[in-house]
Amino acid sequence: MSYFSKSPWLIHYDGSSCNGCDIEVLACLTPLYDVERFGIVNTGNPKHADIFLVTGGVNTQNLPIVRQIYEQMPEPKVVVAVGTCACSGGVFKECYNMLGGMDKAIPVDVYVPGCAARPESIIDGVVKGLGVLEEKAKALKEKK
Amino acid sequence: MLDIDFSSVNIVSAILYVLLAPIVGGLLAGVDRVISARMQRRVGPPLLQPFYDFFKLWEKEAIEVNEAQSFYITGFLLFVIITGVFFFAQGDLLLVIFTLTVASVCFILAAYCSNSPYSAVGAERELVQTMAYEPMMLLVAIGFYLKTGSFSIDAALNAPTMNLLYMPGVFIGLCFILIIKLRKSPFDIALSHEVHQELIQGMATEFSGRTLAIVELAHWYENVFLLGFVYLFFAWAPAWTAGLGLLACALVFFNDILIDNCCSRVKWEYMLASSWLITLIAGFVNVMFLMYLRVL
Repeated sequence: MSYFSKSPWLIHYDGSSCNGCDIEVLACLTPLYDVERFGIVNTGNPKHADIFLVTGGVNTQNLPIVRQIYEQMPEPKVVVAVGTCACSGGVFKECYNMLGGMDKAIPVDVYVPGCAARPESIIDGVVKGLGVLEEKAKALKEKK
Repeated sequence: MLDIDFSSVNIVSAILYVLLAPIVGGLLAGVDRVISARMQRRVGPPLLQPFYDFFKLWEKEAIEVNEAQSFYITGFLLFVIITGVFFFAQGDLLLVIFTLTVASVCFILAAYCSNSPYSAVGAERELVQTMAYEPMMLLVAIGFYLKTGSFSIDAALNAPTMNLLYMPGVFIGLCFILIIKLRKSPFDIALSHEVHQELIQGMATEFSGRTLAIVELAHWYENVFLLGFVYLFFAWAPAWTAGLGLLACALVFFNDILIDNCCSRVKWEYMLASSWLITLIAGFVNVMFLMYLRVL
């Protein structure tokens, strides 16, 4: 096991989310759930982040922003789509401006369903993401 | 023939500093995070979390904006270590303070390397911070000179009386600027370990991967000798005062964590005004008193 799974730093971006999932993401940082127990830090800076936590679906306005944040993150990196909208577009899927779930913009590694996703399932999704992060780190090392 | 008096130069403690300061500094950062979490009624990360973060950053891809950035960051680490070596070799206090300034100049230039507005504003704020704490740093050196008759740290440690008794004002001023130097609220305006501040991560916004790991390492080295300044006030000739000095360092560090968790960030004008006021009232008046004692 490398150090990636011991110190995952997150960046959280609100796509076109209704803020339901965002409140649950921030709830993970409160004393009740306290994700810092696992070394998780919510950085707010893509250049420091390992895991991209994204809520809400992708539309024509946020498409370039989501892609830019993803590209600014150094390798290895993992994308966790939180909530039904991020997974598939949810109830907004048929809207004229919507492109669909986050996987229409960037490669998503872990899907966390729920409307809104519970903090427990968000933490579970991030832990699943750690496994993917480990694999990517290993692949990156072998490539070198 | 080069004739240098090596009798007062303590090479062993300087070597120990270079080897052990990252471990001590990392543990201090871990203790800081655990105590902060407990103050917020959280469990908090493991004690060794800063080391996990460091090794993770070391393995990550480093996106450098240009070659100058990693050059200045390496310079920052190098000059911080040199400052610490001068301090722990019990050399000259003035030399320590001037080398520390060179280190912070390197760090500011590294932040100015990119066009990012966040790191540029962070660097400007760091310059203001330097303006805020530098006069007090010099008064600390002058205070020790007036008390012991020498700028040498060796003389301060072997003083016949407790240094604190003669310069309580200088000590208060040092504690005040230590909040700035340790990057604690309310004065963490240039770079903060807390997230989502108004400048993203301030000066550190454009550092990533290995570069950021080096910045962390330099801060660990820096924090160790900054607390060493506190030690100088409490330890004098008898051997048992070493324990007193270490206890004082622990108390000052805990106090800074407490202040960090109680205060919100202030504007730079307030930081500059308050630190200069404290420098003038506590530091300068104390130095005047020491000068008066010397005339007697």
